[in-house]
Amino acid sequence: MSRIVVDEEKCVGGGQCVLAAPDVFDQDDDTGTVLLLDADPPAGQDAAVRQAARLCPAVAITVATP
Amino acid sequence: MRRVVIVGASAAGVTVADALRHGGHQGDLTLVGAEPHLPYDRPPLSKELMGEPVALREPGHYERSGIDLLLGTPAVALDPASRLVRLAGGRELPYDALVIATGVGPRRLPGAERLAGMHVLRTLDDAAGLRADLAKARRVLIVGAGFLGAEAAASCRGLGLDVTLVDPQPAPAAAALGTAVGGVLAAAHAENGVDLRLGLGVRQIVADDGRVAGAVLTDGARVAADVVLVAIGCRPATDWLAGSGLPLGDGVEADATCRVAPDVYAAGDVASWRHPDHGRLRVEHRTNATEQAEHVAAAILGAPAPFRPVPYVWSDQYGVRLQAWGVTGAAHDVAVVAGSLADGRFVALYGRDGRVTGAVGRRMAKALRQARELVAAGAPWAEAVRAGPDRAMMPAPTDQRTTPARSTT
Repeated sequence: MSRIVVDEEKCVGGGQCVLAAPDVFDQDDDTGTVLLLDADPPAGQDAAVRQAARLCPAVAITVATP
Repeated sequence: MRRVVIVGASAAGVTVADALRHGGHQGDLTLVGAEPHLPYDRPPLSKELMGEPVALREPGHYERSGIDLLLGTPAVALDPASRLVRLAGGRELPYDALVIATGVGPRRLPGAERLAGMHVLRTLDDAAGLRADLAKARRVLIVGAGFLGAEAAASCRGLGLDVTLVDPQPAPAAAALGTAVGGVLAAAHAENGVDLRLGLGVRQIVADDGRVAGAVLTDGARVAADVVLVAIGCRPATDWLAGSGLPLGDGVEADATCRVAPDVYAAGDVASWRHPDHGRLRVEHRTNATEQAEHVAAAILGAPAPFRPVPYVWSDQYGVRLQAWGVTGAAHDVAVVAGSLADGRFVALYGRDGRVTGAVGRRMAKALRQARELVAAGAPWAEAVRAGPDRAMMPAPTDQRTTPARSTT
């Protein structure tokens, strides 16, 4: 099961997740909507991914605890 | 801190409550809401003309988190000296820390508000009433082409209604974005069949047997309408603070840390605070409600700091998203640094006093994200405009946010 789930319906396209974790998240250039590059990134990304979830203005990123 | 009372149970108030609990607050937590509904999210009301609530939290959340939720009980008075909030009905709530998060209320057109078919759009009840009336309507007049009015116009076109959009400004959202960028929105509305009446106000609402029938505009033109939506901005909900002695101006006035008085804080649409970069600011954006609420919770928990966000707002119209970072306005310098306004695909920088203060983008999310960094850094205007969003990047000092290496699984 994926550790990271993004809700594209909730996403407001701010791109904060990409700034926080560019290896894990990207944005559709036209709409700004989040693109999940890696749903199960290596442990080294944990801090960045949690920061992305916290910064998300739409609370659209859920991170499962391993 | 034993008892925290939060007045206002929308995005800001709910976030303060949660952030306090997450941050270790063990004492009482009371969340006071004027509306009878469980806390819900407001953007879908205009962005999708939603008549059904999108809950901010699941119903069981409040009890589970030890949040005492008092709904349908607006606060009517505050006595900071004796640390008491009085609610409608007379109940008094003592507090050790108070958060003011009462938001804003819609401005109305005086004289016509009792007519059937006249609407404002702020609350769930407003949205449900509007939605029900639109179901029977053919022609709708929207007064005010700010973000709310423009989004509602797009949504009404989506419902197949004839839409007239009136605003005294020369373009939609002109006060927020200026006329050049607002012109892109004007073009989108025109393409989608909205009858735009710009540079005009409403002289008179026309009624027929207690029901709205249309309006006479300031150029003398008569517009027929079954429904009128008034979207002419909002006023901070501070009436209940009259006589409290708290500083009230455009909102309740807080310092840079969002503190209004000893152990009194403000968050969300109602809060005016001193932004370290931009001076006194009051932001009616959904994202600010959450950010400022987190900040206030940290202050209550003993870590006050200046609140220095890069404000963010988005507006969806006709399936296209406009995004804005920072501080923008009609009086700012504006320069398109990527794409073009004519194509409707662009990034524009906004500046004042030689610094970048804001950025607005449409259909160019990546370039806009770069422009956001210019806003956050307050980059020198002339260099930023000359170089564009890609090359004017300030070097990122500690992390690698400018090198988006990709990995896929």
